[in-house]
Amino acid sequence: MVSTATSIQQSATPDPRAPTIELRSPAPRGGAGGAGGDADAGLGGQAATLRLAGAWRVDQPLPRLAEAVALLDAQPRLRCLGFDIRGLDDWDSGLVAFIAGLQRLCRERDIQYDADALPEGLRALLELASVVPERSGDGHMPEHRSSFVERFGSDFIDLARSTGEIMEFFGEGTLALRRFLLGRARYRRSELWLIIQESGADALPIVGLVSFLVGMILAYIGDQQLAQFGARIYVADLVGLATVIQMGALITAIVMAGRTGAAFAAQLGSMQVNEEIDALRTLGISPMEFLVLPRMLALILMTPLLAIYANVLGILGGAFVGVTVAGLTLTAYMIETQAAIGWNHIIQGLICAVVYGAIVAASGCLRGMQCGRSAAAVGEATTSAVVTAIVFIVIAAAVLTIIFNAIGLS
Amino acid sequence: MSEAAENAAQGPIQRPMQNLTDNQTDNPTQAGVQIRLQDIELRYGDTLVQRHLSFDIHRGDVFIIMGGSGCGKSTVMRCLTGLLEPRAGRVLIGGVSLWDATPAERTRLMRRNGVMYQSGALWSSMTLEENLALPLEQYTDLAAEQIRDIAQYKLALVGLAGFGDYYPSEISGGMRKRVGVARAMALDPETLFFDEPSAGLDPLSARRLDELILELRDSLGTTMVVITHDLDSLFTIGDDSVFLDPETRTMLTTGSPRDLRQQSEIADVREFLNRGEDNRA
Repeated sequence: MVSTATSIQQSATPDPRAPTIELRSPAPRGGAGGAGGDADAGLGGQAATLRLAGAWRVDQPLPRLAEAVALLDAQPRLRCLGFDIRGLDDWDSGLVAFIAGLQRLCRERDIQYDADALPEGLRALLELASVVPERSGDGHMPEHRSSFVERFGSDFIDLARSTGEIMEFFGEGTLALRRFLLGRARYRRSELWLIIQESGADALPIVGLVSFLVGMILAYIGDQQLAQFGARIYVADLVGLATVIQMGALITAIVMAGRTGAAFAAQLGSMQVNEEIDALRTLGISPMEFLVLPRMLALILMTPLLAIYANVLGILGGAFVGVTVAGLTLTAYMIETQAAIGWNHIIQGLICAVVYGAIVAASGCLRGMQCGRSAAAVGEATTSAVVTAIVFIVIAAAVLTIIFNAIGLS
Repeated sequence: MSEAAENAAQGPIQRPMQNLTDNQTDNPTQAGVQIRLQDIELRYGDTLVQRHLSFDIHRGDVFIIMGGSGCGKSTVMRCLTGLLEPRAGRVLIGGVSLWDATPAERTRLMRRNGVMYQSGALWSSMTLEENLALPLEQYTDLAAEQIRDIAQYKLALVGLAGFGDYYPSEISGGMRKRVGVARAMALDPETLFFDEPSAGLDPLSARRLDELILELRDSLGTTMVVITHDLDSLFTIGDDSVFLDPETRTMLTTGSPRDLRQQSEIADVREFLNRGEDNRA
């Protein structure tokens, strides 16, 4: 057999079943011996046979199409390609995909290919794959890199749109609240109680734990500083004021954002995916009244109550450190706390808690209602609900502190 | 509401074949038209879904919306049920324009429809009975006991008697679909929309559902709008249909599916209705 052969062995260790490709061109006319590809004899350098050997299965490394490109490029005069499958053991989609790619390459290079030698089943599969032509036009995502100006513009448009959506949400929410106050809102009372229980009573352990520990931490740090001046009793003032004015409400709000706000977004988001919200709308039931309103009410009601509980636990945490570390008596600590805290401080904390509760519920519900129709979108909605809530809680904390100072409440 | 009463009194209406859009009369109520689409164009963002849709859905008909996958059948249904505003054109329900109406009026029009969603879309936090009871609680003055009786009857109608206390997650997909049908019928609507009712159902359940659709139409005179590409089903139940084309993004033809199978001038429609074997070609 005199023929020029270029082959690519896939693996370094010679495995007789490893899939290989080999391009055989017949020797020039007049050469000794027969030609490599029988059907190609007499066509000179214009014809070649591609030998496929080994087991072409996707569970082992297959020759890449780029290797076939290299083989074809090595013979620029090639005009006709045949196949030789005598060495082929076994094949699956790995070979079909390879041949489909090869067909495309041949079409691009204006090389005729003769698929007759390929296994019948493989030819049938190739034909089946080419029955419906590849979708062109709007089926493909346009591939272009947008300029800075374009991105800035589209970001700005997105911002304007999302601001509009937020405004719409609050408008609808206000209307729903009005209908609720007039007793005309459509919602299920049993659902409202369930949400109150889930967002209120069920949150007691985590809110209690975090507040108690934060109270302890505040007391520790305070005690270290105040001990230098012999003023350890003022630990009670520090912990009491910090907790009641801001920390109790803030801790509750952050825990609620992660716990309940995220749950609201996930619930409403998956209802959106499952067309449950569409089903409400087509019945003429406003999702705003039926789903959002009970959640808003539950959190506006429960966050201040939880904040009061957090205040108590925070003070107890401080007292624990005051008694065990600072050597104060419990009575002295409590009397000092009572003297330090006024009604104005408690009211400040409660106003904060109401505002934070509304923010957490609104963020959760807004992101849930905006959710797209996929599992990934539910995840994004949940994340976004927590982030939105925390950002707005911090902003609200700053604004409220300024307002309280301005009106002389603090 | 007088129209609803009139409709109920007349029962199922026999009407002359009148399918071509050119034949849309000036007064839809006279021609027994329940829903009329006038040159509707639907888009999601900038993506065109369908345009130039003009057809009539007659009272008491089983109207099929058919076409290849991705042609926008469900989107058309979203527009007819008040969930997606068309970019152009009008939807007239009993002669009133759905999308030009005030929100309160639109809600009233939407409530005359019952919708069965592809996946059932049952409210997952409620039991099956509560799912069926909710529309009745919201829109009727019936006592709780009466509501429960109606809910149980509707569950029995779709072959799910005794499942009232189950949650949607506790039953199979096919059962959820049937509960979806029962819920859509809860308020005895004038028009029932079905999004692929037989997809995912076993042959017996699918046939039972077809029979249920025909029975409800015959006994209550309900207009049925069914999205399907199940050929057996659409030949069995379909009185009238529209064929949407995913390529040209518009409607190709309207008419009875049985007639279209044999006589349609459009090869794509004949091919679709003959499972790819066009016996005229």
